[in-house]
This record gives sequence, structure tokens and C-alpha cells, in this order.
Amino acid sequence: MMLSCKEVTRLVSQGLDRRLGFAERVRLRLHLAVCDGCAHFVKHMKFIRKAVRELGTRS
Amino acid sequence: MNDFRVRLEEERPYLLRYARLQLRESSAAEDAVQETLLAALAGEASFGGRSNLRTWLTGILKHKIVDTIRREARETTRAAPLGEDGEAQLDELFEADGHWREFPAAWSDPDASLTQKQFFATLEECLGRLPAKTARVFMLREHMGFETDEICKELGISSTHCWVLLYRARMALRECLDMNWFGKK
Repeated sequence: MMLSCKEVTRLVSQGLDRRLGFAERVRLRLHLAVCDGCAHFVKHMKFIRKAVRELGTRS
Repeated sequence: MNDFRVRLEEERPYLLRYARLQLRESSAAEDAVQETLLAALAGEASFGGRSNLRTWLTGILKHKIVDTIRREARETTRAAPLGEDGEAQLDELFEADGHWREFPAAWSDPDASLTQKQFFATLEECLGRLPAKTARVFMLREHMGFETDEICKELGISSTHCWVLLYRARMALRECLDMNWFGKK
């Protein structure tokens, strides 16, 4: 079964907090290969992480 | 005042900003900064000019912030269960079958935003809209860089709950930045 976009967002977020299992990574990759919306979402998540890390470092 | 004291005082505004990002409530933030500066004064010898003063002070401040959070977590004993708000808001983003209602669009040149003061003001505003507990867990993770396990342990919540709070925080921030920053350009 293909993951839904909603499930993808949940897994992508968890991937920032724990190491995903092999099966999870495969299913994620399959979905991201065909879904531009979720691929953008992944970039947004990475950007948010970077931005929050830099928050307050420039005063 | 001696020279070290003056240098410590100069760092106070920076430290206060840092503490407020994490603690929100300004009296708690002020207390943590005050304790940090006192500890620094007492520990001047251990600083000894080895590292950057701000880095050293931020290190002490992080400990004070964690102490505060630990204390509060004990006092409030898990008042807000998983509900907080969250699930309904998430459901608005997706159709019943789990498809996006509105597919996320690319953000144009996000890295350029990182050089803009106004961007960080927007980001702080978005963080300010998160429910308190969600924001706290998120900032411990992403701003202070703790591991999820450590955060759960300190706050006495399960890892699953931690992941849910972090997920909600990220979804809400993405929406907020999309609407208030990237969508506007």
C-alpha cells in the first residue's frame, strides 16, 4: 500500500527525531518520487530546522 | 564594576532574548539570566578567557533553562493530555483519504530569508502562536538541540507523545510561514 500524503508528513517529521526503519524509508522514497507536494514539504521541514537553529544567533 | 562584570552585563540582552525564546514568560526568563550571570561571576576563574564569552554564558544559561523547565514539569504534572488542540487543525490540511487539500508549493530561495531580520520576526511570531507545551518541546529539540529521548525524560512524556507534539509544531510553523512569509512574495 502506498503511503498517503498525511502519513508521509508524519514520517518525515519523525525522521527528524529518530532513525526510520528500512521499510519506512523505502515507502517514503517511493511516495516522494511521484509526489511534488510532499517533496516540497520535505524541503520546507529541512529549512525550518535550519532557520530555528539560527534564530537568535544574529542580534 | 570590574572589567569582567561589565562584559557580563553587555551580554545580558542577548541572553534574555535567548531565554525568552525558550521560556516565553519573561519573569522566568529574567530569573534564568540572572542566575546565569551570578554563576558566571562566581565561576570567572573557570572561564579564564578560554572560549568565547557568549558561548560560555549560553552554555550556562541552557542548564538554567532546563532546570526551570524541569521544575515546572514537576509542578504541573502533565496537566494537558494529548489533546491540547492539534488533531482537528491537522485534519483541515488533508482530505479524508490523506491527500493534501492544497499541495505545498515550492518556497522560492528560502536561504535568502535567513539574511533578513524581518523573516526572523515572522518566525518568532509563528512560534508565539503555538500552544505552550508544543512550543516548549519544539524549542528544546530544534533551538537547544536536545535529543528527543532527553526531552521526553525531562518532561515525563512518552516518545510517541513527543513525536506528535513535534509533528504538530512543524506542521503549524510550515503553514504559518507559508501564509505569512513565502506566500506573500
